[in-house]
Amino acid sequence: MIQNLFLNIDAGTIDWSRAQFALTAIYHWLFVPLTLGLAVIMGIAETQYYRTKDNFWKKAAKFWQKLFGVNFAMGVATGIILEFEFGTNWSNYSWFVGDIFGAPLAVEGIVAFFMESTFVAVMFFGWKKVSPGFHLVSTWLTGLGATISAWWILVANAWMQYPVGCEFNPDTMRNEMVSFADVALSPFAVGKFCHTVTSAWIIGAVFCVGVCCWYLMKKRDTKLALESMKIGAWVGLVAALLAAATGHKSAQDVAAVQPMKLAAMEALYNGGTDIGLTAVAWVNPFCQPDYANEESAPLKIEMPYALSFMATNDIHGFVPGVNDILNGYTTPDGKVEPSIDEKIERGKKAIAALSAYRQAKFASSDDGTTAAYQLGILKENMPYFGYGYIKDKNDIVPFIPVNFWAFRIMVGLGCLFILFFAVVLAGAYKFPKGLWKKRSIESLPAWHYWVAIILIPLGYIASESGWLVAEFGRQPWTIQDMLPTWAAVSDLDAGSVALTFFLFLILFTTMLAVEINILLKQIKKGPEK
Amino acid sequence: MRKDSFLYRVYDLYADGFRSMRLGRTLWAIILIKLFIIFVVLKLFFFPNFLKQNASGNEASFVAGSLVERASP
Repeated sequence: MIQNLFLNIDAGTIDWSRAQFALTAIYHWLFVPLTLGLAVIMGIAETQYYRTKDNFWKKAAKFWQKLFGVNFAMGVATGIILEFEFGTNWSNYSWFVGDIFGAPLAVEGIVAFFMESTFVAVMFFGWKKVSPGFHLVSTWLTGLGATISAWWILVANAWMQYPVGCEFNPDTMRNEMVSFADVALSPFAVGKFCHTVTSAWIIGAVFCVGVCCWYLMKKRDTKLALESMKIGAWVGLVAALLAAATGHKSAQDVAAVQPMKLAAMEALYNGGTDIGLTAVAWVNPFCQPDYANEESAPLKIEMPYALSFMATNDIHGFVPGVNDILNGYTTPDGKVEPSIDEKIERGKKAIAALSAYRQAKFASSDDGTTAAYQLGILKENMPYFGYGYIKDKNDIVPFIPVNFWAFRIMVGLGCLFILFFAVVLAGAYKFPKGLWKKRSIESLPAWHYWVAIILIPLGYIASESGWLVAEFGRQPWTIQDMLPTWAAVSDLDAGSVALTFFLFLILFTTMLAVEINILLKQIKKGPEK
Repeated sequence: MRKDSFLYRVYDLYADGFRSMRLGRTLWAIILIKLFIIFVVLKLFFFPNFLKQNASGNEASFVAGSLVERASP
């Protein structure tokens, strides 16, 4: 399916709906992380003002708040389009899981967004109206509101990866929430939230450092550049280290509940114990590898035992590969995972039982016996319901090249950012002294500053790559194991979906161009004199 | 309303803030245009509620039929 989309645009409704959702989500995620990241930068700058009462810090805080405001204004409501798409393009999905999926989205809108939008007004309008302490609190609460918004959206996405806290009601055809706490505090959600937010802080930090480097290159606003660079680099280094740690936790969660995603991320065709972590291998970016017949990806360079350790905290731990998951396997501790063919059979039983139950339930001739019997079969096989839609077991293998390379781009850039921020801090604090005797960070050759500026788009590429792993790795499921894309999508004309795809492409690209234009003008203008 | 009352101070915060905006006016214009495009153009003409249009009142049966049909060989 993906192959068709990329190489021979498939006009089918399913792929255009997926492409449209991917496009709008990718664009939405261009605005959000800078909001989350700059919230920390501007909060620290204003905290410095509150502590020192030095007007320099007030101007610095206002400068970063202005850039925050531009990005906030451009990004606001871009997420709402995703909700429109649920109702139009993914109507089966919306009905089937809306009771659970809709709840965190509703809380986000009512609580978090209101909090953010209330305090952002105090932040921008209240410099002369409220006390410095209240203004500082408002600035931090603006960022906290944005972060709480992220929490609820990530709770919703985490539920798609690991559906918990629900029970299917065959009368209403809806999965109903049985535990809000299980959904809101799912360990998958917690891990995802921590990793996503820390990665957003990296983007804010790399943006801050990049802007500061531009000022140093132009030999203007040097004090703002040097002091803000320290803030950006500290935030960036801490965030990059936290992102690495939380990313490890996230990967362990994936190993536990989405083993096929982990196998795709690693191009692990055949698993086992003592599995190494692949640093790099030759995985053709444009076609699905022949995992059924190849032992492993060619030209593999791996760290021995590392994947077993990272997935299971045991260097001898069992990690299933693509073929193990397809054909079924038994773990060393005796746990049996059925083959996909077995799951497909049970899924078909569940769907047939659902149909028979509903017919019996709404037939006046049935005394309830048939309905009760079919309900029993449905409940017994419900964990495999989604597999009833799978025609060929290979349909459940996500497109390995995207997962494999996106994961490596994300991790590679993440490691680069740790090094980058450490080097920037060394330069900003002139550490070690001997290295900086004959040079200073204010007067480096221009190419040094250009490296920092170029890292700004690379920060976004790393972040978007992470989302590609998360979402492509879950394919073909909209909800893991519960509903594949072709069952979830609305029966729409492919042409109308394609039309809105291109409308969004034009709308979002225009918004992005406008934002970049305004941001560049404000950066060139600099802080108020 | 007394000028030292909480409500007046909230009103004054927003009124004075909006009056003294410069870059903010441009951003608000962009926000309003964007919201118009999203809620009036896109939502009304391109994003109808599919189930409401096709199964109003019978969503459960419609979705059940759709899900069962898509599992058929």
